[in-house]
Amino acid sequence: MTDMALEGPWDIVVVGGGNAALCSAITAAEAGARVLILESAPRPYRGGNSRHTRNFRCMHRGPLSVLTDSYGEDEYFDDLMLVTKGKTDEPLARLAIRSSEECLPWMEAHGVRFQPSLSGTLSLSRTNAFFLGGGKALVNAYYNTAEDLGVTVVYEAEVTHVHLEGDRFTHLEARIGGETRRIEARAAVLASGGFQADTEWLTRAWGPAAANFLIRGTPYNRGVVLRDMLDQGCETVGDPTQCHAVAIDGRAPKFDGGIVTRLDCVPFSIVVNRDGQRFYDEGEDVWPKRYAIWGRLVAAQPDQVGYAIIDAKSIDLFMPSVFPPNRADTIEELAVQMGLDGASLARTVANFNAACRDGPFHPTELDGLSTDGVTPAKTNWARPIDTPPYYGYQLKTGVTFTYLGLKVSDRAQVHTAQGPVRNLFAAGEIMAGSILGQGYLAGFGMTIGTVFGRIAGREAAAHVN
Amino acid sequence: MSTDLIAEARRQTEICNACRYCEGFCSVFPALTRNKAFADGDITHLANLCHNCRGCYYSCQYTAPHEFALNFPAILAEVRQESWERHAWPRPLARFFHECGVAVAAALVAGFALLFGMLQALRPETGHGFYAYLTHGAMVALFLPAFLLPLAALAISLRAYWREIGGKRLQWREVVNAGKSAARLKNLDGGQGQGCNFEREDRYSDRRRWFHQAVMYGFLLCFAATSAGTILHYVFALHAPYGPFSLPKLLGVPGGILLTAGCAGLAWLKTKADPALGAARVWGGEMAFVLLLGATGATGLALYAATGTAAVPVLLALHLGTVLTFFVLLPFTKMVHGFYRFATLLAEEQKQHR
Ligand SMILES: Cc1cc2nc3c(=O)[nH]c(=O)nc-3n(C[C@H](O)[C@H](O)[C@H](O)COP(=O)(O)OP(=O)(O)OC[C@H]3O[C@@H](n4cnc5c(N)ncnc54)[C@H](O)[C@@H]3O)c2cc1C
Ligand code: SF4
Ligand code: SF4
Repeated sequence: MTDMALEGPWDIVVVGGGNAALCSAITAAEAGARVLILESAPRPYRGGNSRHTRNFRCMHRGPLSVLTDSYGEDEYFDDLMLVTKGKTDEPLARLAIRSSEECLPWMEAHGVRFQPSLSGTLSLSRTNAFFLGGGKALVNAYYNTAEDLGVTVVYEAEVTHVHLEGDRFTHLEARIGGETRRIEARAAVLASGGFQADTEWLTRAWGPAAANFLIRGTPYNRGVVLRDMLDQGCETVGDPTQCHAVAIDGRAPKFDGGIVTRLDCVPFSIVVNRDGQRFYDEGEDVWPKRYAIWGRLVAAQPDQVGYAIIDAKSIDLFMPSVFPPNRADTIEELAVQMGLDGASLARTVANFNAACRDGPFHPTELDGLSTDGVTPAKTNWARPIDTPPYYGYQLKTGVTFTYLGLKVSDRAQVHTAQGPVRNLFAAGEIMAGSILGQGYLAGFGMTIGTVFGRIAGREAAAHVN
Repeated sequence: MSTDLIAEARRQTEICNACRYCEGFCSVFPALTRNKAFADGDITHLANLCHNCRGCYYSCQYTAPHEFALNFPAILAEVRQESWERHAWPRPLARFFHECGVAVAAALVAGFALLFGMLQALRPETGHGFYAYLTHGAMVALFLPAFLLPLAALAISLRAYWREIGGKRLQWREVVNAGKSAARLKNLDGGQGQGCNFEREDRYSDRRRWFHQAVMYGFLLCFAATSAGTILHYVFALHAPYGPFSLPKLLGVPGGILLTAGCAGLAWLKTKADPALGAARVWGGEMAFVLLLGATGATGLALYAATGTAAVPVLLALHLGTVLTFFVLLPFTKMVHGFYRFATLLAEEQKQHR
């Protein structure tokens, strides 16, 4: 592309290259707009956190594509209220839920393929539609569709400033090929995700412990645009100090470890800290309902690290881990392998074992098999750790996304204290705080991105047409 | 067994087993979720279940430059290739022809030379059609061992392979089910009929499946044509040349066309696909094999078209030389994939249902 061509003026410039960005670019291009996508990642890493996803949560009144049975608006909304403890914007949430049903056929029509829910996730077959090949396949399909529609994509193009004048967006600045380029467009869609990859911001918000957190997704969501919008007085929602964090395999890479680093062993284990001490009820509830709190629990321990210990009885009860566990024939030996003090771990295990009682054990339901006389108690699945070989997994805190976001209207429009910015829209993680104040419902991130991506694309195109 | 290859394949398999996003593409993923730990034979089995559609490469979030450096299609291709070479007899010959396209071409030239020599030396006094150039007896004396010995060698290899992947005594139902998926090349459809990510990178395409179907059915038709000729000859004492509406021609002509066109198509796709997602080391040998297979069809058609002309003796030598080379090299070329794959489908049936 010649330099002049890049500078525009474009009809619409889309900031970001994940699900929300692509849905809005495709929608706008189909409405006849000339669209430019600026993606800060290089091509192999395009697609942000969306490339790590596996499904989206979809309302449906009867069987739909791979989804079984039905999942109505109210049930969906109740599920959401449960995880957010009521911190939900009801009109926007209901808009997302209601629109999700028409998203599925739209996604299929734009190249996304679905598959039945993955083995080990049967509980989601009614509520969540899984992407064949996962999120990267979805992202690839959308890039192909966008390319066929004539959308221009520039990779390694980090947007550094989005310029507002009064109630209008005028142009933006982006780092491309080592230079800062000024790009004009008649409307813009911001879909550049959260700020979780900016460790400094994270430590400012959370405290120094955050330096030890692992980031489950892309290193490119550094919140540059979000910060720029805050600096220009755009309205925000969501708790700036909060992020969605889960306990993941401690050997995961700092960034982009994705889905495989999750560990499902906690309910069948005891979890100790650096000093070999237990610190929370490992069997409080089924894992899908508890994995999100373990991110925080581990974050509160010394060095932000935990160690899950199981024995041979439990090794086949959960999904395999990406790295093989530590394994030893005695607890002391296992402790040494994991860098723990053998004597104190052995003492913790012995105390725990002494508190276990006989009773029926059901790995897939709350079985009430709890300890008696140990603190903290383990209230389900409490079986003694007594059958070698013993296995150990290191746990660290893995951040999925941050909650702080731009406040948008039901037209996906960005606001300042003076009112809406007429030609500036936002979609996806960057505005998810408008809907979710805390907590998270599996598959809702992609629903928000798809629904508001399409709304933003439609509204931006309507503005320029 | 190459421990390095197996270890690398195991590493990637374990990552996939923790992920499973690609479950819907093919039978490899459902098969791997049956295990948590993978013995060497399990890895070989998975590798031979894979047909290199590459869906799991283009949709993988862990391909290089990510530090997990997933390239599942390539590592499975390498393990698969190594398993064919390791079980082949004689082994060095297998590695040589699998890898080296020039060697396949040289073997072809040798095949031509042999046939030209025979035509010169053994020209009969009488005879019809191409028996005017080479007697039926001479052809049988040449082709019977050239056909049976390689098959015998292959049978020995397959037995060893079957043991490695833990195959058991077969049941009739397993043969029927495996036969059904093979006949439809079911697994080449990408799981939903969208095809492979072969020559168009991350876009799906059905071309590879259709060309492969043409090759497979073309080959089977040609084989049936030859068998029909043999039966007519020995059972009904009806000798070649056969007319255009005879069974050998009705089977052979469409078979030859399908085989030639299919091979040309596959060779073309191969030039467009990324070699780094397959067993790159054997690219040349594979290409030579596809062309050799296509040439058996093309020369056969040319020979038929030339009936009654002066070109017959030359084309006869070319055709028979090609066919001879194809058979003699059979245990040492990509041709073995059909046999290994079928054995693997049988074993997969057993593993799923026993
Ligand atoms: C491991 C993992 C698994 C998940 N699984 C699921 C799931 O199964 N279902 C689900 O619904 N949600 C899931 N989520 C959450 C989901 O990923 C997000 O909700 C969703 O992807 C957000 O989409 P988005 O388009 O807003 O952001 P992203 O997909 O993250 O896209 C942001 C884009 O902006 C680009 N960008 C950032 N800054 C700039 C800049 N300054 N200039 C230009 N471009 C920039 C980035 O490179 C990226 O392309 C998962 C998250 C993770 C980490
Ligand atoms: S190839 Fe990649 S995306 Fe597919 S299952 Fe394996 S790890 Fe997951
Ligand atoms: S290349 Fe295709 S057939 Fe082979 S494992 Fe991957 S998806 Fe399955």
